[in-house]
Amino acid sequence: MTTTRGFTGRGRAKADERRVPPGQYVTEDFPVLSAGPTPHTPLDRWTLTLQDGGSPVGKWTWEEFQALPRTELTVDIHCVTKWSKLGTVWEGVTIDDLLAAAGLEEPPAPYLMAHCDGGYTTNLPLEDLLGGKGLVATRFDGEPLAPEHGGPARLLVPHLYFWKSAKWVRRLRFMEHDEPGFWESLGYHIYGDPWREQRYDGD
Amino acid sequence: MTAIETAPPPARAGARRLAWRQAEVVERVAETRRATTLVLDVPDWPGHRAGQHVDIRLTADDGYQAQRSYSIASPPEALRLALTVERLERGEVSPWLVDEARPGDRFELRGPIGGYFAWSVAAGGPLLLVAGGSGVAPLMAMLRHRAASGAAGRAVPARLLLSSRSFADIIYREELERLGSAPGGPGIVHTLTRERPPPSWRGHARRIDASMLAEVGFPPAAAPKVFVCGPTTMVEAVAEALVGLGHEPGRVKTERFGATGGG
Repeated sequence: MTTTRGFTGRGRAKADERRVPPGQYVTEDFPVLSAGPTPHTPLDRWTLTLQDGGSPVGKWTWEEFQALPRTELTVDIHCVTKWSKLGTVWEGVTIDDLLAAAGLEEPPAPYLMAHCDGGYTTNLPLEDLLGGKGLVATRFDGEPLAPEHGGPARLLVPHLYFWKSAKWVRRLRFMEHDEPGFWESLGYHIYGDPWREQRYDGD
Repeated sequence: MTAIETAPPPARAGARRLAWRQAEVVERVAETRRATTLVLDVPDWPGHRAGQHVDIRLTADDGYQAQRSYSIASPPEALRLALTVERLERGEVSPWLVDEARPGDRFELRGPIGGYFAWSVAAGGPLLLVAGGSGVAPLMAMLRHRAASGAAGRAVPARLLLSSRSFADIIYREELERLGSAPGGPGIVHTLTRERPPPSWRGHARRIDASMLAEVGFPPAAAPKVFVCGPTTMVEAVAEALVGLGHEPGRVKTERFGATGGG
């Protein structure tokens, strides 16, 4: 390993290797990263759709969505741009509860594409969303989720790099085969496990 | 709902890992009190598009490593890679790059990364660039690429609106002046946010707002390709104002850096 002359590193005091994946640093802030302007969809026009093939298998208005069982998760999140934020508190509806609300005992396909306001997409295996691992989150830190952080609702899949936790999510479409979403088509890793440092295609 | 403008997906099969390469500092250029440009020799650099970035990795004597991302400021035409880095006061990597790195030093680098916030003359225009502080770096790569492209570059109308704290904090000030005054050069408009400008100042002296963007930018009907880069609050405000003026959200591409205290 080649060392860098004069570099000592200040971040190590905070870097707990059990909680902070390789190449990440801990921040107290909550940085914002988006590819374009922040969309503002009024709640009375917001819906969330679960789609299998060409047709919806579940659809909820904002009010209906609020009536679904709610789950709180306290998790560490890891952005591919290198920051990690520890102990973040989210509230929303698990994908398990969403499927149950749609009357689905099992997911109809092994993969899912999340579609968002603004045109953003990201792909995920269902097994990374079930068993309480994935949430459609509407509250952060006890408050409604701010638009720049993905409000009114974003996916939360904390064990993958944070681009998988799609902001402004509106439609979850089941897929028979894995297909790349937005960043995954632009050189980022198809799966994105921070512990294996799967940042870019080929990592 | 507006669709994000997507590039055609590149072939995925047989993707090669982006290799870490040993970059060597060949020159440092003090841009402002806080910002330095490092000119790097990167063996076997695969080439990049203007607007893309790189990851860099520094390694301490005991093996501790830190990684960060930085935009490329040099155009694809340049022989060497240039990064312009602003020192973050509580930062870990940026103080080394800005204050410590000197010719002959080596560190690891891989890239290019990011195919969305990227522009080439072939993509056409008009081109509207809006930057805050060192957010000008990837946009400078675009202006340098345009300037290196001869008549084809000059055929693309281009404007840069750059917000800086003070006159002394303007990154690339002299080069921007030269570019702007060249025949067919881009329109360059400055605004200063924290200091009363010098008496001869012809730019603006407030934060970027909708009326400034309406005055400086191309009208929405001209369908400009817009790139906005800077601190989060600035980018949020500018992107929102542009959409409010009628620009198609899918044509407004943003890149943000927060004051994360770790850069």
